[in-house]
Amino acid sequence: MIRKFVVACTVAMLAFATSAQAAIKVLATTADWGSLTTELGGDKVNVYTATNALQDVHQVDAKPSLVARARNADLVVANGGDLEVGWLPVLLQESGNAKIQPGGAGYFEATSAVRLMDIPSAVDRSMGDIHPLGNPHIQLDPHNVAAVAKALTARLAAVDPANAQYYQARGADFQARWQQAMARWDAQAAPLKGVPVVAIHTDQRYLGRWLGLNQVATIEPKPGVPPSAGYLLELVNKLSAAKPKMILRNAYNDPKAAESLSQKIGVPVVLLPFSVGGTPEAKDLFGLFDDTLNRLLAANK
Amino acid sequence: MGMVPLRVALAAGLATLVPVVAQAATDAEVAQLRAEIAALKAEYADRVGALEARINQLETTNAAAASAAAAAPAVVEAPPPAPAPAKSASAFNPAISVILMGNYTNLSQDPAGYYIAGFMPPDEGVGPGDRSFNLGESEVTLAASIDPYFTGALTAALTSDNEISVEEAYFRTLALPAGFSIKGGRFFSGFGYLNEVHAHAWDFVDQPLVYQAFFGGQMAQDGLQAKWLAPTDFFLEFGAETGNGEFFPGTRLGRNGANGATAYVHVGSDIGDSATWRGGLSYVYLDAEDRSFADENSLGEQVANAFSGTSKTWVVDAELKWTAPGDPRRRYLKLQGEYMYRTEDGELSYTALGPTLDGSYRSNPSGWYLQGVYQFLPRWRFGLRYDSLDSGDTRIGLVQSGKLTWGDFPMLVPATPSRTTLMFDWSLSEFSRLRAQYAWDDAAPGPTDDQFFLQYIYALGAHGAHKF
Repeated sequence: MIRKFVVACTVAMLAFATSAQAAIKVLATTADWGSLTTELGGDKVNVYTATNALQDVHQVDAKPSLVARARNADLVVANGGDLEVGWLPVLLQESGNAKIQPGGAGYFEATSAVRLMDIPSAVDRSMGDIHPLGNPHIQLDPHNVAAVAKALTARLAAVDPANAQYYQARGADFQARWQQAMARWDAQAAPLKGVPVVAIHTDQRYLGRWLGLNQVATIEPKPGVPPSAGYLLELVNKLSAAKPKMILRNAYNDPKAAESLSQKIGVPVVLLPFSVGGTPEAKDLFGLFDDTLNRLLAANK
Repeated sequence: MGMVPLRVALAAGLATLVPVVAQAATDAEVAQLRAEIAALKAEYADRVGALEARINQLETTNAAAASAAAAAPAVVEAPPPAPAPAKSASAFNPAISVILMGNYTNLSQDPAGYYIAGFMPPDEGVGPGDRSFNLGESEVTLAASIDPYFTGALTAALTSDNEISVEEAYFRTLALPAGFSIKGGRFFSGFGYLNEVHAHAWDFVDQPLVYQAFFGGQMAQDGLQAKWLAPTDFFLEFGAETGNGEFFPGTRLGRNGANGATAYVHVGSDIGDSATWRGGLSYVYLDAEDRSFADENSLGEQVANAFSGTSKTWVVDAELKWTAPGDPRRRYLKLQGEYMYRTEDGELSYTALGPTLDGSYRSNPSGWYLQGVYQFLPRWRFGLRYDSLDSGDTRIGLVQSGKLTWGDFPMLVPATPSRTTLMFDWSLSEFSRLRAQYAWDDAAPGPTDDQFFLQYIYALGAHGAHKF
């Protein structure tokens, strides 16, 4: 009886050990980097995504469920650039997990792989919710995604050296498919060059840079500060004189201000997924860009 | 390395030749050199001019962007600067955050006579505070990693009486294996839910009555805390603490060793995409030696009472936060409640004008609060809280033996205090909050105290945490 029990325990422990070895646990802070980790890690990674595309990633709580996921993670894939400053530091501290502390191999920031735009020369909270490290909303430029993918491939290989070749192979495959897709997107997006648009927040800057959009105004007077009635009126006056082609709204934004501006100046609002999962079509990173371009092109007709 | 001596030798050799060469230089060569220098000068002048023009251009662009704040975010499309070298003296400065708080208070009853009926009062932390304008506690927090193994934080509270008190000052481990972490120093004990929450993050102006009566608002611990987070997909945390026990309901003891032990377990998880819950069970055990409080006996004389004995408290807490998935208005509803049950067992001494009298003391008070906060628009919240306490079956030996009467312990006469509170707050940004609160407070005997507060809370400096 005892021997049977011991054997059963050993089998169970071995099963646990092998299953633990089979996949490294990754906690990704956003749907985009979660999706990218799945692309690169395949079945060697077990990805838990902390937020979804319909949430404002800046406004998340350090929920108990996230603390539990951080406790067990082998790797945290964060966006960085202070996007998660309100909750990720708490999560890391509460996790009791030495592996994922900043500075170690188990902590990865996507923004570390790219050059950030809009790094302010001086910061003060009177300027709104600005990010001292630069604009952190990097995922809507496919060149950034390629750079992050490269760095993340290397990181996965470092965290899980036993499967390094697997990650390198998947990484190379992803890069090849991504380059192809980028060539397609660049061709598709040609008519969008110079199109005047209005954004809500400063989170379309990378998309705008990539596509050559002409962002003429933002609905928020300062980052993170909702527009006052007076400011909106001013905006209506200004934009009525020189009408933009469209107003960009992300899936997670409050539609109210964009809709009211749209009605007043007679310019359509274009809903963009912003992140993987933001629209039903944006199922993965490829879908995110396909859908974003389709929606922009449809509105530009 | 081998090249260096050779170079030195060559340089020395050349140096000896220089006078000869110089002598040999012709006027033509001098003229050529002069021309080259002039050309260099001109080139630099051009460059400086170009740089000045660029600076001017940047300045005007900046000014234009600033004046027309309406026109897009003020962004100067300059190439990303190389990372500035950190200034060695200040590069390791801790993150600093400052909280400014204050309120205006209107009370229908005199706050000097306020107490929670039936409960032995802590030194402080009870009551609505003073009338009129009040400067609240100004909190200054410094926090930083100490090295790869520890992080540290200091929170000092500057009170309106021009005193500085250390609210928290602790180190915490970062690198222990298997989900363990240890905190040491002074810290808010981790039992229950609200005990660890700093005043600026409260959903109401004041603490629930049960926290005021049982722990003087919040219980700090000067000691050690060990936590273990279980390797589960849901949140399961165990904690244990011990310390010198000097904060209510404990006192320092005149002996070596620690006073008391606190243990708790917290569980939490999500329900679908829209709800998050957390619950906990905690136990706080402390000894008290001469824990004193002032009262007035039946003759109207000032009395010094003191309790010595053990204090055991059970705390049950539950929180539920509901947010609609994909709701851009960020509406949420947060429900939270805590129940506490305490038994105290020991001796109560009574010192009026005559000699000190001693007798046994037993009590088993309990209490709870339930509150809901609803954010109905992105920056607007409404809250409702109900407090209820029961002082329980208090047995004072001196009263039971007939030496004294309940009239000699007016504060301890059994009672069931309660309070209803309404709250409304508005956050202009993540860093500022204005709040109005109205409460009908029946904690003290006598007529209901109608309490009205207007409060401001401002956060300066480092970004605060959104704890659950």
